[in-house]
Amino acid sequence: MWLMRKNQCMHCAEPGCLAACPSDGAIVQYTNGIVDFQQANCIGCGYCITGCPFDIPKMNPKTHRVFKCTLCTDRVSEGLEPACIKSCPTGCLHFGSKDDMKFLAEGRAKQLREHSNYPNAGVYDPPGVGGTGVIYVLHDATQPELYGGLPSDPHVPWTVKLWKGPLKWLGNVAMVGGLIGLVVHYLRFGPKAHEDENGNPGGKS
Amino acid sequence: VSTSEQVIPPGHVLRYTLKERLTHWVAAGAYIYLLLTGLAFWSPWLFWVAVILGGAPVSRMLHPWAGLIFFCAVWNMYVMWAPQMKHTDVDKAWWRAVRYYSTNQDDKMPPAGRYNAGQKFLFWGFFWGAVALLASGVVLWFPEYIPWNLRFLRYISVIVHPAAALFTIGLFLIHIYMGVFAERGALSSVIRGDVSIAFAKRFHPGWYKEIVGQSSAPRK
Repeated sequence: MWLMRKNQCMHCAEPGCLAACPSDGAIVQYTNGIVDFQQANCIGCGYCITGCPFDIPKMNPKTHRVFKCTLCTDRVSEGLEPACIKSCPTGCLHFGSKDDMKFLAEGRAKQLREHSNYPNAGVYDPPGVGGTGVIYVLHDATQPELYGGLPSDPHVPWTVKLWKGPLKWLGNVAMVGGLIGLVVHYLRFGPKAHEDENGNPGGKS
Repeated sequence: VSTSEQVIPPGHVLRYTLKERLTHWVAAGAYIYLLLTGLAFWSPWLFWVAVILGGAPVSRMLHPWAGLIFFCAVWNMYVMWAPQMKHTDVDKAWWRAVRYYSTNQDDKMPPAGRYNAGQKFLFWGFFWGAVALLASGVVLWFPEYIPWNLRFLRYISVIVHPAAALFTIGLFLIHIYMGVFAERGALSSVIRGDVSIAFAKRFHPGWYKEIVGQSSAPRK
């Protein structure tokens, strides 16, 4: 059996690329859920490549900026549907609000289970990344890996969360606290003395 | 300029050869650039630092190269100093007395050699920190070339790199504090190479005994 899947940015509700990005405004998540890369603000560090659990962002070797599917945010902002949906000849792809698409997908999955003998059919909307803006109906939702390696339980890598969460705060507190500590130490103890009160080296300070 | 030709002011002894001082300042220059650009990528609050230093893409491009320069300088330090940085019994006693050192009661300290135990800790901390930063930094330099099935390398590197950097920042703060503020004469010693005999006797009596024992002329 052929298992075809359109592989693209999933537009996660909790995007790993955005969590890992150090550059202000290089990755933005709009209120409609679209996660977009602003190439003008991208610094080419590639942290988003590490943050993404779907292996989506790609580095342009020429410009050293990352790129990915924007879900045609320029079209969507003008009230048009993304080009892939517009051009799909078979009606496989649909575009709309998450609730509407969830409803449509669940209905189709139920149909597959009840009418087409696919008892494991279901909707792929992984909760590990807070759900995704792009969802799939799979004949076998229990084995998403079959569909070109779709991760069964994607998460933002825990080291990225550790780095951007506890380590960041610990590091900031330690750096600022360390600076304050050194200033206070200098005010209290001052510099070390070379000589004792008689000018002899090695005396009391 | 050969070190033996260097004019040492009266009452002073040579502490750092030209090669040692050059290596130190190459490492220092590279480290400060790495620190500033690294902090810019660490927190959005400090992102402006990268903008001042020529723009964030330039900082991203040059940071790894500065890292290579820093590592080469640290490696040179390892070659020069590792034999002098071995842990000794005096160092054990030094750590037991570290509270006297930190409260400027230096007369209560055991006699340190050319480097005291704290300086040795700084050296090894920076050495192993540099090794960890290099290993993780190479991965972060080219994340797009790490195959998907080796992605754990990226996951390790994004946590090892900032953790090792923070560790070296702690060492760096103490190093600057000791060298510039707490020990008068230390900064000029790494610039001009010499320290006063009083400095040598007070902070490194074991080393002073060694150099005056060898010959009347100041040696490294």
